[in-house]
Amino acid sequence: MGARRRPPVASAGRSGPGVIARLFAVAVMIFARLVTGVRGEWQGCLPEARQRIYFANHTSHGDFVLIWTVLPAALRRSTRPVAAADYWRQDRLRRFIAEQVFDAVLIDRDPASRQADPIEILLAALDRGASLIFFPEGSRNLTDEKLLPFRGGLYRLASARPHIELVPVWIDNLNRVLPKGEVIPLPLLCTVTFGTPLCVTSGEESAPFRERSRAALLALAPAAEEEG
Amino acid sequence: MTASEQTLVLFGGIAAVLTAASLIGFVLRFRFAQSPVVYNLNARIKAWWVMVALIAVALALGKAGVITLFAIASFAALREFLTLTHTRRGDHLALAAAFFVVLPLQYYLIWIEWYGLYSILIPVYVFLLLPIVAALRGDTTHFMRRIAEVQWGLMISVYCVSHVPALLTLHIPGFADRKLLLIAFLILVAQSSDVLQYVWGKLFGRHQIAPSLSPSKTVEGFVGGVASATLLGAALWWITPFSPWQAAVMALVINLMGFCGGLVMSAIKRDRGVKDWGQMIEGHGGMLDRLDSVVFAAPIFFHLTRYWWAV
Repeated sequence: MGARRRPPVASAGRSGPGVIARLFAVAVMIFARLVTGVRGEWQGCLPEARQRIYFANHTSHGDFVLIWTVLPAALRRSTRPVAAADYWRQDRLRRFIAEQVFDAVLIDRDPASRQADPIEILLAALDRGASLIFFPEGSRNLTDEKLLPFRGGLYRLASARPHIELVPVWIDNLNRVLPKGEVIPLPLLCTVTFGTPLCVTSGEESAPFRERSRAALLALAPAAEEEG
Repeated sequence: MTASEQTLVLFGGIAAVLTAASLIGFVLRFRFAQSPVVYNLNARIKAWWVMVALIAVALALGKAGVITLFAIASFAALREFLTLTHTRRGDHLALAAAFFVVLPLQYYLIWIEWYGLYSILIPVYVFLLLPIVAALRGDTTHFMRRIAEVQWGLMISVYCVSHVPALLTLHIPGFADRKLLLIAFLILVAQSSDVLQYVWGKLFGRHQIAPSLSPSKTVEGFVGGVASATLLGAALWWITPFSPWQAAVMALVINLMGFCGGLVMSAIKRDRGVKDWGQMIEGHGGMLDRLDSVVFAAPIFFHLTRYWWAV
């Protein structure tokens, strides 16, 4: 992989979320806790204040909310979810939620329409000290498969900033709380399990890294079931 | 003694026992600072204080308080149970109905004391209607298993649990103002049986009674716990419509059902590969871990009492 150029300094120095956004965030977290009783399990690492990329399985738009909810408040402020611009910029409410409440890094997934390489945007966010919540499957997994193959994004981020540790995070059960096309959420219990951090080893190629990181994430899932 | 005097004496006694337990836990913490067993014991005792306080508040609020408390307990139990089942996307509507229609309806029927319907709502109507809802979604994969698990979850978590507050709907001659004490009797005997089995087992346990189901249950714990909790039940005859020996028999039934309920629920947990149903109650596990004995004892206790004492 060649060296990547830094983007021209990213816009908008942020002045922290407003009161409404903060209240909204608290309300969303209380709602998430009531519906899912979510618990964080720090299995392979501790909730330390260091820069990380949390990479997780992606089955629902609420995934990053659950990770956010179980992070200690101090870490939450510096942890930004990576989300799809085409979804979160669709109307003013979603825009408010993504940009003001969760301080998401929005990226354009469509190579045809986008102006900047999403990886450059994410690297810029990392260089400003943020931790990221990243979904390496690329989009939501709506299949019966437990975890889709990883796309290249995580490898590109990890090899460009090899000092930042990558923490696998398995979100369990949220796909059953609100499957695609359903309106009523089921109050089933969800857990968010944080695994042992990993890094790209020197000279490691994309394909083996994607396999390895995917296996590390899958290992956190509760015992496999024959399903479907 | 009036009903409220009896209640005060009862809860005074429970508070005294818990205070003694807390003191013992405090001393043990100094002597065995590193022991996880002692740590867990203290967590359990602390949780007991909270649970007793909640039950006391519910009883003080009367029928509305008790029904609300057990409806919430059912909700917590049902979500723990269904979290561990194999349901699929096609079950979504049926599951939503279980949480948001069946559960409130069951407790509403108990509130209006409609025995003829609350005693068959889940075993008859829900048993037939929920599979229809699921079948109409057209997903046949593991259909039988999915339907059976949801029905079982409702029976355990909603139907059985609701038979605790259902005791309030019984009409027992000369006992009209004391029905809340009947609930206290059932819960106290079932839970003290669990605690006493734990204590006897920890102190004298040598021989496992069901190693493949629950490695911590021992013959010594079972015999000592059930015998002492039965004596406790007999000693509590004065808060019940029973004579002392009747109270002993009732307590024995509660204890045996409770013990077997614990085994059945352990078998399910083993099958699903978990140690506890949840993490809701510090030191105890989930709601179902705490309620498993009550779940199995409540309907039987309800019907025995109804058959022989109610009019």
